[in-house]
This record gives sequence, C-alpha cells and structure tokens, in this order.
Amino acid sequence: MADIQKLEKIVSQVRRDIVRMVHQNNSGHPGGSLGCTEFLVTLYNEAMEHSAKSFSMDGKNEDLFFLSNGHISPVFYSVLGRAGYFPVKEMSTFRSLNSRMQGHPTPHEGLPGVRVASGSLGQGLSVAMGAAQAKKLNGDNKLVYVLMGDGEQQEGQVWEAAMYGAAKNVDNVIATIDYNSAQIDGSTDEVLSLGNLKAKWEAFGWKVLEMNGNVLSEVVTTLEKAKSLTGKAQPILIIMTTQMGNGVDFMMGTHKWHGVAPNDEQLKSALAQNPETLGDY
Amino acid sequence: MKKFEILNIKDTRSGFGEGLTELGRSNPNVVALCADLIGSLKMDEFIKENPERFFQIGIAEANMMGIAAGLTIGGKIPFAGTFANFASGRVYDQIRQSIAYSGKNVKIAASHAGLTLGEDGATHQILEDIGLMKMLPGMVVINPCDSNQTKAATIAAAAYDGPVYLRFGRPKVPNFTALNQKFEIGKAVVLNEGTDVTIFATGHLVWKAILAGEILEQQGISVEIINIHTIKPLDAQAVLASVRKTKCVVTAEEHQMNGGLGDSIAQLLAREFPAPIEFVAVNDKFGESGTEEQLMTKYGINTPNIVEAVQKVIKRK
Repeated sequence: MADIQKLEKIVSQVRRDIVRMVHQNNSGHPGGSLGCTEFLVTLYNEAMEHSAKSFSMDGKNEDLFFLSNGHISPVFYSVLGRAGYFPVKEMSTFRSLNSRMQGHPTPHEGLPGVRVASGSLGQGLSVAMGAAQAKKLNGDNKLVYVLMGDGEQQEGQVWEAAMYGAAKNVDNVIATIDYNSAQIDGSTDEVLSLGNLKAKWEAFGWKVLEMNGNVLSEVVTTLEKAKSLTGKAQPILIIMTTQMGNGVDFMMGTHKWHGVAPNDEQLKSALAQNPETLGDY
Repeated sequence: MKKFEILNIKDTRSGFGEGLTELGRSNPNVVALCADLIGSLKMDEFIKENPERFFQIGIAEANMMGIAAGLTIGGKIPFAGTFANFASGRVYDQIRQSIAYSGKNVKIAASHAGLTLGEDGATHQILEDIGLMKMLPGMVVINPCDSNQTKAATIAAAAYDGPVYLRFGRPKVPNFTALNQKFEIGKAVVLNEGTDVTIFATGHLVWKAILAGEILEQQGISVEIINIHTIKPLDAQAVLASVRKTKCVVTAEEHQMNGGLGDSIAQLLAREFPAPIEFVAVNDKFGESGTEEQLMTKYGINTPNIVEAVQKVIKRK
C-alpha cells in the first residue's frame, strides 16, 4: 500500500522547491510544474523502479521516464533531486550560467536522471517509443513513462508516435497528458481546441485511462491500474486533469502563471501554504 | 596523372546496403529504421537477415528520428534511413534536439542526395543538407565518393560513438576505390598528387574531378585531387598541406555553394593560408527534373565546370 502521508510530505517540499527555484532567477514555469507535482512525486517515489544513486544513460532493467513538455523543468529537477539523483543544493543553480539545470532539461551537461533534451514540443513520445523498443530487444521487461502537455497535442509528431505505438503494439509504454486546459496564449479551447481527446487517442488504438492528477490517492491507483494493463499488445495513455498552479492559491484557476515568477511577497505567501518537510535546498 | 580503374558502375546507396548487411552480421547492437523506402535505401538484405532489428516507421520521419534517439537509450546503434531531403530539412529540429543536443549515437542514412536524384525534381533534390548538418554542434558529416567507399563509411560510422549524417545517392556511378578499404572518419584521401592546383571534391564530384584532372593534364596543368569524404570534421592538416604547395584551390560538390564543402575550405584558408579559390557548386538555385548528366551540366557542376574553374583560379595566383 502506498504511504500517502509520505508522498504528501514530498509534494509539499517539491512545491517549495519549484517556487523558490523560479523566484531566485525570476525565470521559469511554475504553473504547469505545480500542477504535475503529485504525479511526478508518485511516479518517482511509488510507481517506478529506478536507481537514482547509480544513474546510467542506458537505463537497462529499470523503468524510464521522459519529460516531453520540458518547460516544467522545475518540478522534474526537484523530484529528481529529492529522489537522490544529485545533491538538492544544486537546485540553487537553476537557469544560471554553467549549470547542469538548464531552462529546459538536457543530458548535454550531464545531469543525472535526464536522458534526452526536451523543450521543443512534440518529441518525447517518439523517444519513449524508441526506448521501449530497445527494452523489448534487450529482453528488459521494465516500463517507459512519458509526460506530455495538453497544448503539446497540437504538434503533429505526437500523432505520428501515437499511430506508431498502437500499430506496433508498443505495450511497455505508459504515456500521460497533463490536461490543465491552458497554454501560453489562453485556454486550449480558445487557442486550438483539442476536441474529444479521449476519443482521438482511443481511435488511434490506445487504452485510455483518466484521473485527477492533483489527488494523490487517485494518482497512485491509476498508475497501478496502468501498470497492470501493460504487456497486452496495446500502449496506455492516462489523461490527467490538473489545475495549473495547484497548491499555491493565487496561482490556481488562471493560465497567467505559465511562465511567470513570483515576487518576494508572493514567494512568502506560496511558502506559507506549503510547509518545509524535507529541508529546503 | 594516376590511372584509376573503374571496378564497376554502381550506386552509392548499394554500398550503404552492403555495409548495413555486414554490420547486421557483425554487430548485434546495430538496428535499422526506415520511413517507407526500404528498396530505395537497399535495406532488404539486412531486414531479411535481422527482421527483429528492423523498424518500419511509415511515412513519419519526425517520429523516426525520435525513435532512433530513444533506441540509443538501451545501447542500440540505429541507422535511420530515408531520402536526404526528409532526413535533414524536414526533421531538422528533431535531429537538433533529440539527437545532436542530446548527444545520441544515431546514424542518419541520407540517400538520393543532390541533383542526381534526377527526374523527381527539386522537391526531392536537396542541395542544402551538408550545410544544415555541419552547423549542428558535434554532428559528423560524411559524403563518400563511390559505392565501395560508402560501404566502408557505413561500417566506420557504426564504430564511431556519436551522431553521424551519412550522405549518398541514387545514380549508378564509377566504383573505383578499393572494396573493403580502411575508412577513417575525418581523414582526407589524396587521390592524385600535383603542384599547380588542388581540387577538393566530395561525393559524386570526386570522379568528375578525376576526369577534369585528365583533361587538365593534357593542357600541362599538374592537378592535386583530394577526396574530402568527411566534410566535418574537416581534415585541416591535409587541406593546408596541399594548398601550401599548390597555392590555389577549386572545390567541387553536389550542393549549394552556400553552406557546403567550399564554405568549410574557404573558412579554413581565410584563417590559416589565404589563397585564390573557385567553387564548383550550385549557385543559389533549386534543381528540376532531368537526367543526372543533364542536370549536372545545366547547374554547372560537371567536368567542364571543374576544368574551367581550375583554369580561372590558376590565373588568379
């Protein structure tokens, strides 16, 4: 059974890390990061089998995760750091010169836990397909996870990879879409409606699950269910409804915190809402 | 002038196919991907012998580049093959982010490059790919001169750890380099030693340079001919050593003048040893339908153009 209290503690600390990282250089994407905090915390502390202490690029015989919507790097870095991939104090270098923590994630500077660069959208699902196929060739029965944004569904390459995954029975992939209904220029409905996203993915041949990504118990059980559905000749997609800015009241219910940093006062308020549980970096 | 024996007339893509087949037998980590062009890329034999190591992607080149990047995570050495146009320009950002910037060990197999693709016309005749690819940090760019060299380059690319753009073509051309030759990435090959001018040629233009050299010899001009099969990294030492001797240069390539081999040579010489230089390349034009010989003549990259460029550059010394 998942220890929800333990996950809650990590979530609180990760939220603090996110707003502090974005605040320190007045740069980064807090909204989407906060929305995906419960999901990534559950993935790395409950769902995935992975070896944080001995990172290898090949990742043989462990579960892999790819972040396709690379702009939510703050939550990715915090979750990796808190899982033990690197010392958490490195988060103080986020978006600074000579840092391994670039604005968007990359293996280029050798940050453990990152296996491919992302930022230019639409590419992560393809990379996940390749990594999943390599696992099959290697007789490695571990899984490949990938997270995409909802606005990212507007990129054509996503659908190339979706068609491929179903046609080639890539059943060791669990993809998730962060459906917070917002993108830079407004709501996804205003910018370019995604239509019936579930029906689209089902029509492409995927097994589709849905969950509220901001309820830890639901994330835990849905990921368990998704894992139980792997290996059945069909790729799995989770449409994850989230609230942008979740856990910081003034960042919720609006898309304006997509790529904006809080000021000193706002930081203070955000931190007051999320107690320090594991020690700030 | 040294005599070059034509072993047979063969397309460079067949050399790629042979190299891939050999890799299929010798290296279990080599895998191949194709975007609905198996026959054109000569992948049939590899696929027959290693069906589980072949990935048919369909007409989805962006997805193919991403899948190739993903396959390297897990230790595979993917050769992702399609026409050069769809293996470079169409998927530039995928190559840039998922392969080059991510430092992935992907080999991009780019066939039907340049004008000599022929009748399909300009939509398929990419003349910008060397430039696009050489600008990417860390990308190796190889354009072998004949079928045997393409086979050797394919095998060498698999042994090299890092992204490689391997460019080859469609038409049957003289196959004159040794079968199972040693291929060193980044090492220029001096085909003929001379004293009056150096011709640096790449790809299909290497044979044209040899033909030009024979004509120029009759005119009493001693031509050094160097095959630059690796445009990046450029063999600066070999280029400089030759130009210090001959004091003038002609470059020859099946590519735009902007961004090609000539650019790379000119940049090096401007820094290290300024010398008169003429460029045999396509000058800011799209191609069109035609036979390869017709097109090479119309767009100024055939043997007479090299001869003319040599005559001109020698006068500028």
